[in-house]
Amino acid sequence: MLELEKAIKGGPRYWAWIVFLLAVIGAGTLAYLLQLRDGLGITGLSRDVTWGFYIAQFTFLVGVAASGLMVVLPYYLHDYKAFGKITILGEFLAVGAVIMCMTFIFVDMGMPTRVLNVPLYPTPNSIMFWDMLVLGTYLALNLVIAVPMLAAEYRGKQPPYYILKPIIYLSIAWAPLIHTVTAFLYAGLPNRHMWLTAILAARFLASAFCAGPAILVILYLLMNYFYKQENNMKAVGKLAQIICYAMIVNMFFLGLEFFTAFYSGIPGHKHSIEYLFFGLHEHGHTYGALVPFMWTSLVLGVTSAIVLVFPGARRNLSILVPTLVVLVLAAWLDKGVGLIIGGFVPSPLGHITEYSPTLPEVLITMGVFGIGALVITVLYKIVAEVRQAANS
Amino acid sequence: MGITKRDFLKIAGVSAIGAGAVPASKAIAGFKDQVGPNKEALTGERWAMVVDVRKCPEGCDDCAKACHFTHNVPEFTYNKRHEIKWIWHEKYVNAFAVPENEGEYVDKATASRPFLVLCNHCDNPPCVRVCPTQATFKRKDGVVMMDYHRCIGCRFCMAACPYGSRSFNLKDPRLGLDHTHYNKDFPTRMKGVVEKCNFCAERLAVGKIPVCVEACKHGALAFGDLADENSQVSKLLRENYTVKRKPELGTLPMVYYIVR
Repeated sequence: MLELEKAIKGGPRYWAWIVFLLAVIGAGTLAYLLQLRDGLGITGLSRDVTWGFYIAQFTFLVGVAASGLMVVLPYYLHDYKAFGKITILGEFLAVGAVIMCMTFIFVDMGMPTRVLNVPLYPTPNSIMFWDMLVLGTYLALNLVIAVPMLAAEYRGKQPPYYILKPIIYLSIAWAPLIHTVTAFLYAGLPNRHMWLTAILAARFLASAFCAGPAILVILYLLMNYFYKQENNMKAVGKLAQIICYAMIVNMFFLGLEFFTAFYSGIPGHKHSIEYLFFGLHEHGHTYGALVPFMWTSLVLGVTSAIVLVFPGARRNLSILVPTLVVLVLAAWLDKGVGLIIGGFVPSPLGHITEYSPTLPEVLITMGVFGIGALVITVLYKIVAEVRQAANS
Repeated sequence: MGITKRDFLKIAGVSAIGAGAVPASKAIAGFKDQVGPNKEALTGERWAMVVDVRKCPEGCDDCAKACHFTHNVPEFTYNKRHEIKWIWHEKYVNAFAVPENEGEYVDKATASRPFLVLCNHCDNPPCVRVCPTQATFKRKDGVVMMDYHRCIGCRFCMAACPYGSRSFNLKDPRLGLDHTHYNKDFPTRMKGVVEKCNFCAERLAVGKIPVCVEACKHGALAFGDLADENSQVSKLLRENYTVKRKPELGTLPMVYYIVR
């Protein structure tokens, strides 16, 4: 008989990891207290670049949350059995990711004590209202699906599919919705040319469906490594294939942005992309703090996509794992750094203000990632313990 | 269901009778005189401003100084990133176009002239559209207002404003004020909220025109109701060719510029 309190206890390596996460969260909390006292002025934000690291991570993580779809959809709609045991992991990853998303929004607020003003004054014309709604619902959907599934697995019974199936189908429709609505936060703003593109939601989804499953595969492999379980290489290989295609589509979409901007020659469309990839000039200065990061992202993204095209690479874990790590880094640089900050440069008045995060800002960001990692660690550990108990 | 002001007054009145302190009718009548709109208030259907750039001399900063003093706008000179501004000068290319368009054939006088920029009090304001709490809203007379007590500091409005007219209090704005010399009639703000030009709504309410217009010695600024044919702004628009900032975005800005 397995009890929950036993499931969250573990060996020295596990506790070392938990203590490490708590330390990271603690450091982030201290930095947040500083921000609470002195305001967002302790970050690298400015009058011109009003969203930075926090909102960028939020955007990236909405994609991670949506990515569970890439295992849930093939399993339930196409009866792709190999993903059976991974769906719960996808759902729990989504839970962790949404919790991080909400925390990032919270730490980004100038007046966090007024967070309840959003539900108190519901404003349907604001996309932020809808984003809060779809993210909250998505969190609930994933918990409502994953917890009974796990309970059924633990008892060795069939899950109550007659109740769960409709909820699962709803969650399949909901996953692209959360990232679409998140893209609409940006894509509907006049004069923010980098975001004012009909393809933004599609770009978000493409990058989500490569980076998210890549993180899922890495976590799945890690879990099996620690619990000495066999990897389902059929599932891993198929996911790697999905990741590969999504990355290629993602790169293609980026290419479309380049074409439209540079062939039309419209300055507004070009400026942000120029800033990100080549740097912009003002008063004899060249501003291009993000140029090395964007090229790194581009090179790593293309490389990982090419490597993943080869079936041999997808089967060989010593090639696959580093490739996936590189791919996640590429997608993170593109979305978690470039896309949000690039949208603010140049400013609506044509001025260039560069942004880089400060130490407290990085600590707070790490702290939020720590919270997510803690949630995911505990949830995955429960899954692993349940499965181990079922096997013995 | 909340208690309306009327209900409150009734209850208050009845309580007063109960206490035998003041007759209820008298209490209500006395109170009513103090609330209601100010009879001197300036009212309009569509407030607008006309900036005559030709009359705006280089180096003059009277309007911005008057505005920033009147509205307790803090000064953070040591760090441009934390800057708060409601009205200020930009170059022609920054106010109207993107820097790249600064071709060598632009009339030199126009290119070097200061262009006053402020909130455009758009008729179709994107900032109002995106605000998740209605903390920024458009009044019936067209003034786009900020409720500093409701703003959650998400800065969505700043991403949405195509004119860069909004400022965010990244730090306590009171640190940037001279505590011996500030306007006690206008509230100071706190850190974490967005602010911007309010077309001097607090002055309109007591029958005064915006302070920037009043402060301009050169007659470069005019303020009035576009719905009123006889207003100064309507006349200026009839007699001059005017331009607006980024009209192609459909925001319908209400600040007009006479360039030449």
